[in-house]
Amino acid sequence: MRMPDPDSDVLSRRGEIIAALRRIVPGEGVIAEEEELRAYECDGLTAYRQLPMIVVLPETTEQVSEILKYCHGDGIKIVPRGAGTSLSGGALPLEDGITLGLGKFNRILDIDYANRCITAQPGVTNLAITHAVQADGFYYAPDPSSQIACSIGGNVAENSGGVHCLKYGLTANNLLGIEMVLMDGEIVRLGGKHLDAGGYDLLGIVTGSEGLLGVITEVTVRILRSPATARALLIGFPSSESAGNCVAEIIGAGIIPGGMEMMDKPAIHAAEAFVNAGYPMDAEALLIVELDGPEVEVDELIGRVETIAHENQAKSVRVSTSEDERMNFWAGRKAAFPAVGRISPDYYCMDGTIPRHRLSQVLTRMNELSGHYDLRVANVFHAGDGNLHPLILYDANKPGELEKAEGFGAEILKLCVEVGGVLTGEHGVGVEKRDLMGEMFTEIDLNQQQRVKCAFDPTQQLNPGKVFPTLHRCAELGRVHIQSGQTRFPDIPRF
Amino acid sequence: MTEQFDPTTPEETRAIVADALASKTPLEIIGTGSRRGLGRPPETAHTLNLAGLSSVSLYEPDELVMRAGPGTPMDRIRMQLDQHGQMLAFEPPDYGPLLGRTAGEGTIGGILAGNLAGPRRIKAGAARDHFLGVEAVSGRGELFKSGGRVVKNVTGYDLCKLMAGSWGTLGAMTEVTVKVLPAPEKTRTVLIASPDATPAVAAMNRALSSPHDVSAAAWLPAKATARSGVSYVAGAQTALAAVRVEGIGASVDARCAALREELMEFGEIEELHTHNSVALWREIRDVRLLEDGDAGTGTGVVWRISLPPKAAPRLLEDLQAALDMDAFMDWGGGLIWARVTGMTDAGSYVIRRTLAGCGGHATLIRADMETRRSVPVFQPEARGVERLTRNIKEAFDPHGILNPGRMYEGV
Repeated sequence: MRMPDPDSDVLSRRGEIIAALRRIVPGEGVIAEEEELRAYECDGLTAYRQLPMIVVLPETTEQVSEILKYCHGDGIKIVPRGAGTSLSGGALPLEDGITLGLGKFNRILDIDYANRCITAQPGVTNLAITHAVQADGFYYAPDPSSQIACSIGGNVAENSGGVHCLKYGLTANNLLGIEMVLMDGEIVRLGGKHLDAGGYDLLGIVTGSEGLLGVITEVTVRILRSPATARALLIGFPSSESAGNCVAEIIGAGIIPGGMEMMDKPAIHAAEAFVNAGYPMDAEALLIVELDGPEVEVDELIGRVETIAHENQAKSVRVSTSEDERMNFWAGRKAAFPAVGRISPDYYCMDGTIPRHRLSQVLTRMNELSGHYDLRVANVFHAGDGNLHPLILYDANKPGELEKAEGFGAEILKLCVEVGGVLTGEHGVGVEKRDLMGEMFTEIDLNQQQRVKCAFDPTQQLNPGKVFPTLHRCAELGRVHIQSGQTRFPDIPRF
Repeated sequence: MTEQFDPTTPEETRAIVADALASKTPLEIIGTGSRRGLGRPPETAHTLNLAGLSSVSLYEPDELVMRAGPGTPMDRIRMQLDQHGQMLAFEPPDYGPLLGRTAGEGTIGGILAGNLAGPRRIKAGAARDHFLGVEAVSGRGELFKSGGRVVKNVTGYDLCKLMAGSWGTLGAMTEVTVKVLPAPEKTRTVLIASPDATPAVAAMNRALSSPHDVSAAAWLPAKATARSGVSYVAGAQTALAAVRVEGIGASVDARCAALREELMEFGEIEELHTHNSVALWREIRDVRLLEDGDAGTGTGVVWRISLPPKAAPRLLEDLQAALDMDAFMDWGGGLIWARVTGMTDAGSYVIRRTLAGCGGHATLIRADMETRRSVPVFQPEARGVERLTRNIKEAFDPHGILNPGRMYEGV
């Protein structure tokens, strides 16, 4: 993966930059020893590694502002980092860049039940938000699998999802406001405790912008009352087609489950071997459907889903009768990634989204590709919203196998786009899918996205080398190309 | 000389904008023009009419997705969704009568461009939250796309978020893709006699913080209830807090019963069944309870104020002390609709100064052209945010071809 060429001038001034940062962040907040920098060399996508030039861990918004102001003036690049759980290399360091870690921004600032929201610093974990309000019967809805570790600031940067997205939305749909520092050090507030923007929806565009527009220093999100009850069905199918049809019919019947997850046979077997959840081993596809809400509603809908499952050749249907049993149904799904990690030295997790009705076509083609690349693949699938996570099994110690896995992964993502889907549903583009962006977007599309980047960071010092395959200079992108014969407006007075 | 252009394809739309750019001729972008009177007055006599881009090119009920031209009438979209028991969950409002026009004129492009949403906003989100994909022509005369047809998508920047709520100042949309959802089987409304705003907001917060999955909560002062076409509401002769419950039959019944129990301490309780509920929430959605009489006959300017719900009672009290005003609350207090009469600046100074204390934004939804020229229609932005707004405009429309000045001067 090619990153922007390091600036030798910046590298040669490393000592002076360290001193300047120490004047802004006193004590141990500036990390410069190679041994300690090592902890920051990659994020959740461990295939790509790069030692950062320096790591700085500020504790206040003012410090963040001072750091950015200094770097802006001195032409130094910044890579913002939350908990470092990105699966797309969003926090991959730059050789000549400062990794700005927000781990010390770890306080909940305000729990506001009257406005049904909570304000936290960006380094607070996703799960800690829920924990802060749980005793009072509330929770924060988006729940990425890494929620125990991932930070709320990182969730905003990646527009994180989770298994409850279909019913409760992504981060973007639950975010009310942020405080953010721009590359030139200016501190801005977008949103607050009210809904929607008075002008342009800048909060919306910052959500999912992968740390390229600003450094988030405070986050306000909506909290919801926990559902009165939740029950799940565990349904085994003889084929992924019948499972896919069942999903379509559930939604067609007007039911939006709290969660609806599918696993294919390799994933079922890996998970069962790992946690003994009692999954049906003869099933080709397994569906977990969770209904949550008022008790009488959940009871009614469980019955409706059961009927639809039987109409779609379900071989086994189990309905949870206790909270323990429901958690047990989920145990295998939640452990699917580590479970696959046990049956293979390494695995590569993909993240495309497809229109749901193309599922069996995509799985068939994926099997062919699996044969072609001679690499096994296991699939877990957020069935309700079409977000597919193929796990490609490989061994990094075998020469050439990582490259083969990457090639296989790229083919899968191209296939997702080909059937009307997208490259990434929730893990982000980062460096991983950067060079595949052309599969989905034209140069005009990408240039227009990049102009948004220029509107926030005209000198392109924030997280360069991520998301966009080609780095154009903002001045070049700003030029207007007139391509018209002016025939329609011959006599109209100019302004 | 004024010209109107009526493209019927995205490519024609692109070519027209490219020509306008070449001759530096700004365009006003319209669908049916139903919200033309909203925003600062147009700075051009030439219009780009997108009503010809009006077909639903994809609707897959099982996939919860619809794709259409921006000029597709909302009525047609509603009808198609109805046939499959589905809806746009953000409850798109129809401000036609409020703005002195007839009902049922609006287009999907207009709804999205204004990021409009009705009472279900607090549960289901606004137009922005259902806007999955867009193709549009920028002020550079280029056709660009963003997003897709699937809900879960973080591939590249979500330009739909910028298209929503930018009132045509960033792009002339040529195709939009939206998420659709199942419509509820049954609707009921719990009404609580609630003369004062503070306890009303507390009651709504109690309901919205309950596990009973409330889909809307509004407070209507006595003057507003008297104007309702729902006879029970009109005859109540008191202010009412209204809490809506939707879903499958048995669940709605059970939740209503639970809510009645839980809200009893706030005042006398009644219940509206489906038919009356639908009628009442349509009046709230379309802002029909602010004035007497028929469509378009009302006087005064109309403001839409989004704010933290808890701050609503105090803000209302402060505004009522300073202005001649009629108002009601939606979104559990998070939205105040206010009709103001007799102020030369439409009440802008008082409203925005008062609002500054709690945060939020006020938009002048209805006013005559002279007022809209002299009073900031959209909420003035803080310095840093304003700079970003100008940069974003520059990024999409550097020569000010698309609806220039509709939102802010020079944007």
